[in-house]
Amino acid sequence: MGGLEKRKYERGSATNYITRNKARKKLQLSLADFRRLCILKGIYPHEPKHKKKVNKGSTAARTFYLVKDIRFLLHEPIVSKFREYKVFVRKLRKAYGKSEWGTVERLKDNKPHYKLDHVVKERYPTFVDALRDLDDALSMCFLFSTFPRTGKCHVQTIQLCRRLAVEFLHYVIAARALRKVFLSIKGIYYQAEVLGQPIVWVTPYAFSHDHPTDVDYRVMATFTEFYTTLLGFVNFRLYQSLNLRYPPKLEEDLAHAASKTREDAYALESESSMEKLAALSASLARVVVPAEEEEAQLDEFPADSEPAAQEERQQELAAQEQHKKLFEGLRFFLNREVPREALAFVIRSFGGEVSWDKSVCIGAAYDATHPGITHQVVDRPGQQTPILGRSYVQPQWVFDSVNARLLLPVADYFPGVQLPPHLSPFVTEKEGDYVPPEKLKLLALQRGEQPGDEEEEEEDSEVGEPEDEEEEAEAGEEEEEEEEEEEQQEEARLRALEEQRLEGKKPRVLAGTVTLEDKQRLAREEESEARRLAIMTMRKREKYLYNKIMFGKRRRTREANKLAEKRKAHDEAVRAEKKAKRAGSL
Amino acid sequence: MAGARGTRNAEAATARPGKRLADPEPELEPEHEPERDEAGPPSSRTEVVSTQDEDEYAEDSSDEEDVRNTVGNVPLEWYDDFPHVGYDLDGKRIYKPLRTRDELDQFLDKIDDPDYWRTVQDRMTGRDMRLTDEQMALVQRLQRGQFGDVNFNPYEPSVDFFSGDLMIHPVTNRPADKRSFIPSLLEKEKVSRMVHAIKMGWIQPRRPRDSTPHFYDLWAQEDPNAVLGRHKMHVPAPKLALPGHAESYNPPPEYLPSEEERLAWEQQEPEERKLNFLPRRFPSLRAVPAYSRFIHERFERCLDLYLCPRQRKMRVNVDPEDLIPKLPRPRDLQPFPTCQALVYRGHNDLVRCISVSPGGQWLVSGSDDGSVRFWEVATARCMRTVTVGGVVKSVAWNPHPTICLVAAAVEDTVLLLNPGLGDRLVVGSTDQLLSAFTPPEEPTLQPARWLEASEKEQQDSLRLRICHSKPVTQVTWHGRGDYMAVVLAAQGHTQVLIHQLSRRRSQSPFRRSHGQVQHVAFHPTRPFLFVASQRSVRLYHLLRQELTKKLMPNCKWVSSMAVHPAGDNIICGSYDSKLVWFDLDLSTKPYKVLRHHKKALRAVAFHPRYPLFASGSDDGSVIVCHGMVYNDLLQNPLLVPVKVLKGHTLTRDLGVLDVTFHPTQPWVFSSGSDSTVRLFT
Repeated sequence: MGGLEKRKYERGSATNYITRNKARKKLQLSLADFRRLCILKGIYPHEPKHKKKVNKGSTAARTFYLVKDIRFLLHEPIVSKFREYKVFVRKLRKAYGKSEWGTVERLKDNKPHYKLDHVVKERYPTFVDALRDLDDALSMCFLFSTFPRTGKCHVQTIQLCRRLAVEFLHYVIAARALRKVFLSIKGIYYQAEVLGQPIVWVTPYAFSHDHPTDVDYRVMATFTEFYTTLLGFVNFRLYQSLNLRYPPKLEEDLAHAASKTREDAYALESESSMEKLAALSASLARVVVPAEEEEAQLDEFPADSEPAAQEERQQELAAQEQHKKLFEGLRFFLNREVPREALAFVIRSFGGEVSWDKSVCIGAAYDATHPGITHQVVDRPGQQTPILGRSYVQPQWVFDSVNARLLLPVADYFPGVQLPPHLSPFVTEKEGDYVPPEKLKLLALQRGEQPGDEEEEEEDSEVGEPEDEEEEAEAGEEEEEEEEEEEQQEEARLRALEEQRLEGKKPRVLAGTVTLEDKQRLAREEESEARRLAIMTMRKREKYLYNKIMFGKRRRTREANKLAEKRKAHDEAVRAEKKAKRAGSL
Repeated sequence: MAGARGTRNAEAATARPGKRLADPEPELEPEHEPERDEAGPPSSRTEVVSTQDEDEYAEDSSDEEDVRNTVGNVPLEWYDDFPHVGYDLDGKRIYKPLRTRDELDQFLDKIDDPDYWRTVQDRMTGRDMRLTDEQMALVQRLQRGQFGDVNFNPYEPSVDFFSGDLMIHPVTNRPADKRSFIPSLLEKEKVSRMVHAIKMGWIQPRRPRDSTPHFYDLWAQEDPNAVLGRHKMHVPAPKLALPGHAESYNPPPEYLPSEEERLAWEQQEPEERKLNFLPRRFPSLRAVPAYSRFIHERFERCLDLYLCPRQRKMRVNVDPEDLIPKLPRPRDLQPFPTCQALVYRGHNDLVRCISVSPGGQWLVSGSDDGSVRFWEVATARCMRTVTVGGVVKSVAWNPHPTICLVAAAVEDTVLLLNPGLGDRLVVGSTDQLLSAFTPPEEPTLQPARWLEASEKEQQDSLRLRICHSKPVTQVTWHGRGDYMAVVLAAQGHTQVLIHQLSRRRSQSPFRRSHGQVQHVAFHPTRPFLFVASQRSVRLYHLLRQELTKKLMPNCKWVSSMAVHPAGDNIICGSYDSKLVWFDLDLSTKPYKVLRHHKKALRAVAFHPRYPLFASGSDDGSVIVCHGMVYNDLLQNPLLVPVKVLKGHTLTRDLGVLDVTFHPTQPWVFSSGSDSTVRLFT
């Protein structure tokens, strides 16, 4: 029995955690500096398992940090820079007070300044780690790059954010890494796949912000400070991996610089090149121009898996390759009312060529009269006389085509037509979830089937020749009903197709059929009763868990049913309206 | 003089701007003036002004002036409480004009007098006076922040004192200092010091600072194993949830909220909302506005990243089917009662207790309506009704096959009834047995009195009555049929009595009490007595007269108890809806606690032959379980619920009050508060 007596809360989890205030005192930092340090170093509070034990018996609400984290902060060089900065501010204030302008100048020149390179390396030991955490960095940089150049934060930060964002977009274009786009009411979501990591970011619509007052911009600025450093290094590495020059240069710029023939009267060289870069219309210069786009061939691994899986994988790869070349050979022209940057980015990252009116932005490659234009993106109907040989589409066509991985029929997207719903590409429906009928249609289209041909034709005729419809109207009700039936059949067929497809993939439970034979029903009843009895014998904890799981399941099905019902009601309302309209026109 | 007065008036006017002049009305007035001049009565303003001007010239004498104000330079508040202001030359008071006009008069003035808006009160004299046009113009200029004098020009060209022109005469004629001719030694010293510092390399030219960040290949030598110690505890931040169909600018119509849903969403707290936005639909991309909470959401994400405590949570990913225990199928455990076969109706009040004859042909039930009824099991026919005149708390059929005797507990007596059912030989032999008793010569002191029934009562099948001093709650027979245990609702050690039928003796076996006794039972084969009190079950050896075991059921209040026919297992039901199974060979702790019922258990029973036990509860159900006890001591009993029997309706929050099994068949009887007895087969 030797040794000192250990008192309570001197070992175990109580010693592993430290409250925020204690940590702050240990680091000798003010709260604001402590917060900044935590943001930069990526330190976050931990929720202990037994809060009361950690809190030394008290149940007061406190935030806890890991003691190890705080100890790790002790050695951080940034902390000493924070202290230096504090001293700097004090000296500066004094110099101002004494009106010693020379001292002020000197102090300002020697303003303490810290770099975050080592923090980035420390937080992300490997490049893939950095890529995994890039979502927030990108969203933040894209947001900051839309801020006005005055007011909320330093102009340099905004410019840097803009530059980094444009660089990243160029990388995505060059690598053809974009996978999904989604127009939400909040902004535009993009998903790119970089080195196998899905990266999602959101950009706001291009309007000026009404800056909220209850937002602490200092916190956001601190985050941005770290994110810009991170994104800069990531960009460098990404450019290097594609043999692109960093900082990026456009191909034509490089040629001009070599010949030095043309004088750019527009603005300073650096500014104009930056703007041209931001136009996203031209491709970047490479360090070594590859002779042929060589693709790493997928080697055959005969032994490692069954041939079916391998074949599937090959198919998947082939589909992806095709997806990357979706818009190849197509020429787009953007009208001035469509969001230029988003569309130019999406079109170019799938291999299309894009241009716009010269007065909209710098970097237009051709004008509206170019004969090679295949698609013109229009968002305001009835503006100009259509030119033969090109299709006029609404911007949603581009995004929907990208998400569907194929060029959708343009008829649904003509200017002035009511658009089909824009579905989120991020949703993968599991079994039992609600699937909107549009999605079913799309899945069928992707598999190469042609559902709803007749319906669409009819739609076309309705749109194209309204006088035709009046003639048709004589056919009247029967046809309408037929159409309804057709629609219902259509839906049933789609569902059946979907089910068939699923059937191949997984084992499924056949729904029992109700027969007149009493024996079966009895057996089922017996089964259910046995189940009820078994549930009765469950332990308390397991029963709780079971009830919770079943509750969740039931809620999900209820929600799905609700959506389906709503859809049904809506469809019926639309049909009734149509009918009424027809009757009226008759 | 006149000018001075004008300014004074103007001061008076500006001193009280809230009253009249600051009204917007005067500002507007000049615009309306011409119209009013044309339309108004002859007392138009210009005339008044002109007359006033004339008046002013006429009155321009010092006398008048004196009459008006003789106060001098004193604060006028001093005269606030007096009816006069100052004194005239004769030393008489100069009275203030009478101000008896009330608000109505003022209002009428306001309406009638077109010049009301330019009338101010002269505080010096207390009179009303009308402002002239010049005065009005002055006031308006001052209000606009202009100079009072119209002719004052604030923008006159200024004349510099030191002009650019070179004059012939200097401004000062002081000769220059000497130090302006000779080089400064101090500066020289400073410069030489600097030169020295530069030479020594102490001072270096300032490098221009490059503000643009420099990027390089940071991960050139990346070492995947260089994971810091803290990364073990690292919890990466969860990614933001990806948007669903509802967030689309053009979602499918089913995702758009209806009017009620929208209202519900708006009334919810922002933290409670399932979606943090309302789905909306826009006809085209051009119509989509900026999202007003975009910066908010990014900011909230930032806050989450650095302020939210993180914790690793193990997500339970189990198939709910796996959680259900695998039990033998009830079909394999047959026979057991599965459905309701018969209902015995006849009682008028809740049936508290039932008992089956050892042959299994008759059923006896006791009820709150003060009667004991005898039924034929197979036909549900009421063979006999004995009115006992009190609530029957407990009935028990003598288990001996050659005796036809039923004990019924009514208030503080136990009645022994011979119903006269079944074999006449048996009935006769029972009566013979009872009459064969010869009282001893010396009657011993007994805790209960044994009384013979009268002739009339004999007709009504009553044979004996055992009177106690306290109400009887339970009566039970020993397996041989000679001894009978009785529970009294009393305090102290005389709660349990044991009666011997053949010698008509009663004894109180215990010297001490251990709480309120709820239930007693004899061991089927050995001389043991189980006594269940509220919190514990005690097992007494009757011959040795000692406590053998004390079982702890961990219940709040034990209600009932039953002993397995082999005698090694007992079950207890409790009012906190638990059924506890004890294996006497295992331990004094419960072998298993079954919480099958939703409400308090009232009765439990074992089947004498089949491995079945049943429990009846206040939720109106009887649960039959398979309870197999193996002869092999190494194997624990197997308990499986096989059937939930429902049939009794709830009345007065009571359901099933008693359960008992048929002695030979897998049938179960239950009596309930709905005054019926039911048979399940």
